[in-house]
Amino acid sequence: MSTTTATETHAGPVEHHELSFIRKYIFSTDHKMIARQFLFSALMFLLLGGLLAVMIRWQLGFPGRPLPAFIQWIFPDTMAPGGIILPEFYNSLVTMHATFMVFFALMPLMAGVFGNLLIPLQIGAEDMAFPRINMVSFWIMPVAGFIMLASFFVEGGAAGAGWTSYAPLSTSGEWTGVYMGQILWLVSLIVLGFSSILGALNYVSTVINMRAPGMTWFRIPLATWALFVTSWLLLLAIPILTGGLLLLLFDQTIGTAFFRPEGSGEPLLWQHIFWFFGHPEVYILILPAMGFVSEVIPCRSRKPIFGYHSMVIALVAIGFLGWVVWGHHMFQSGMNPLLGMTFVVTTMVIAVPSAIKTFNWMGTLWRGDIHYDTPLLHAVAFVALFIIGGLSGIFMASAPVDIYIHDTYFIVAHLHYVLVGGSLFGIFAGITFWYPKMFGRMMNEGLGKVHFALSFLFYNMAFFPMHNLGVQGMMRRIYDPNQYEYLQGLQPLNTFISISIFLFAATQIIFAFNFLWSLRYGKVSGNNPWKSNTLLWTTPSPPPHGNFPEMPTVYRGPYEYSHPDREEDYWPQDEPPATSDAGGQPAAAPTLEPIPGD
Amino acid sequence: MNFFLRMGMLLAGMLTVVIGLWVITDPEWVDLSWVMPDNVVSTFGQSLDNMWLVILWITGVVFVITEITLVVFMVKYRHKEGRKAEYIHGSNKAEVVWTTITFVIVIGIAFYSKGLWDEIRDPDRIPANAYPINMIATQFEWNATYAGADGQFDTSDDFVSRNVLHIPVAQPVVVNLIAQDVIHSFFLPEFRVKQDAVPGMITPVWFEATRTGEFTLACAELCGLGHYTMGGTVIVHSQADFQDWLESRQAEAEDD
Repeated sequence: MSTTTATETHAGPVEHHELSFIRKYIFSTDHKMIARQFLFSALMFLLLGGLLAVMIRWQLGFPGRPLPAFIQWIFPDTMAPGGIILPEFYNSLVTMHATFMVFFALMPLMAGVFGNLLIPLQIGAEDMAFPRINMVSFWIMPVAGFIMLASFFVEGGAAGAGWTSYAPLSTSGEWTGVYMGQILWLVSLIVLGFSSILGALNYVSTVINMRAPGMTWFRIPLATWALFVTSWLLLLAIPILTGGLLLLLFDQTIGTAFFRPEGSGEPLLWQHIFWFFGHPEVYILILPAMGFVSEVIPCRSRKPIFGYHSMVIALVAIGFLGWVVWGHHMFQSGMNPLLGMTFVVTTMVIAVPSAIKTFNWMGTLWRGDIHYDTPLLHAVAFVALFIIGGLSGIFMASAPVDIYIHDTYFIVAHLHYVLVGGSLFGIFAGITFWYPKMFGRMMNEGLGKVHFALSFLFYNMAFFPMHNLGVQGMMRRIYDPNQYEYLQGLQPLNTFISISIFLFAATQIIFAFNFLWSLRYGKVSGNNPWKSNTLLWTTPSPPPHGNFPEMPTVYRGPYEYSHPDREEDYWPQDEPPATSDAGGQPAAAPTLEPIPGD
Repeated sequence: MNFFLRMGMLLAGMLTVVIGLWVITDPEWVDLSWVMPDNVVSTFGQSLDNMWLVILWITGVVFVITEITLVVFMVKYRHKEGRKAEYIHGSNKAEVVWTTITFVIVIGIAFYSKGLWDEIRDPDRIPANAYPINMIATQFEWNATYAGADGQFDTSDDFVSRNVLHIPVAQPVVVNLIAQDVIHSFFLPEFRVKQDAVPGMITPVWFEATRTGEFTLACAELCGLGHYTMGGTVIVHSQADFQDWLESRQAEAEDD
């Protein structure tokens, strides 16, 4: 191997030395390596979060039955004596499942993996604006993850006050029996917040400053747009959470009373802080997936995205409206009921940009040339399931209806339709679509389709009936619903849901196998296996350090598929327009006018 | 696809929607209880269920139409050799139409919600004749506190009924929720009542039972390891029985 290669980049010729193992694979400043690091660690946390969910469903599907013998030995008597899950351990399971899934799996998979991978490659930058900060942003995550994992092993077990950690339950071990676990939970999330803040800072700076010539704001691919809006939400929302967590930590450890009523604290203040962060957070978890789907659907339908501008406007609108809807989590909290209608109206209005996006995806499929590849199937499943998650949201946005379904399984069904049906299927679309760019090989199509079909089936079998549990009045976070006579009739349904979840979880083995097997044995992909237009696909797979051999110039928007004057059904963003041929190709992008002054 | 096939599919789709929702929502045809427990015992409970059903109708129609359209597009526009996708960038007309329709529907639901929300939750609309009960929630029990013979709380003749809330039928009741340790949520599924009890606050919640019987009282907010056991009973008495019960408990309280 040669020891140096010289390439032309934005800054001119740059020497690329062969890096040591540690600088290349561990403390790397290369955004693509950092994306892979995020990918592997977040998938491990996804696995952990999934296993916790399986344990939760074991208890609900088969209350009081010992865990299967082959895993009993893992759990000490403080968690599951004789394999029977204890109520306090169940509360920890519920809390940690949500915590790992939200903060350690979905957020890193969205912003960490794809923010890092896509932003520089889609806008034509050689790397992030601040590569070293980017490296720090990754390495904070395993530290936070280690602290969070450690909480399982301390006396009293892991935090058990729910991922929402409502005060005063979370302010003292007196109420939960969890002392150290709750403190570690708080510290871990405070630490992890810096990872998100530093990452978001980088993404925002990179998108604003490092776009290739010709990459005007309205030629930016929608995945990058979505990640850009998400980054602003992260940058503004995470400090609010961190502030709240610090105050809660003070209440826990040094006896302040911000959220404890003794000493004039205010428990509802925690809920306001948490949900003022928490609702933008919901969009942090779904907007990037919307971006991935907006890349996959036009590319695999070989058709320009329907309504590019309204897609961008809808993203920005969701980003703004996300800040004024938090009160809909608190209709039944004892907040002044006269505030209710304000939040009903804002929450209903946020359905509008979501609907615009859905209709535009459908408009993109309309009269397309749809290739049934694994990424497309996942992307269309995202749309189909997001419709359900969005529509079920209307029920709880109506404050009087929310009186009945609040804190029931209807909410659990809704949020899992958005975060699993939406975010996770979006992530599957993203991983299967960009895998060749990350690793230079294709994932296996056959296995991919089997994984998709079974996931879609078992997912719906598991989560759709939860709506029913909810309207029958089954509460969330409840260790044994059979304590209530009126819920005893629901046990068969609960068992059915649990079995479906087990099958859904088992199906993910296919994905894991496909992912790992294809790293080594997948078909070599070449630069542009999907015949896509964005700059990302003009680079080698995987792209070298510095990404682009020479600075690309952008001539048109990212979705010029099936142009009638062209032989090929795609038209890369950086392909210079043919000026000399007699046919008279238009010299500029045919429909997307650049906005002056950006 | 020719015109007749297209119209046929449209009609079949609409028919499915209408029949489906008719069957789901008409109690004459099928047992509604799988959709929602049909044992409503509060005055506003039926209005709340009706609003739930109206939203189910609206979202149900949108759901069926969009999902069917999605499937039709997937089948109809699947890849075929030699056919190119159409080069269309969108339609401002379509954007304006679906934005407006969505906006009108959701704002309609929002203002339709206002009436019922105000009826249930407006503090000025708690009935003046509502019978007051202080519900003191602790880990993990509900202490229904009655004022006793003098009609005043915090006096020596107050008495407590643990985990059993006794109320009269056809008489508004206002339950003042007081939490002593952590947040609990006062949930009466059959009454369609839910309200959090927050430490440091007194939260009134009112309702009026429409028939006598025994019903469920549950805690709906995670409140610690015994959360799942924090259940109780609501006993709705006839007004005469309620007076008898009150008097017998008052006599007991005076004996203590």
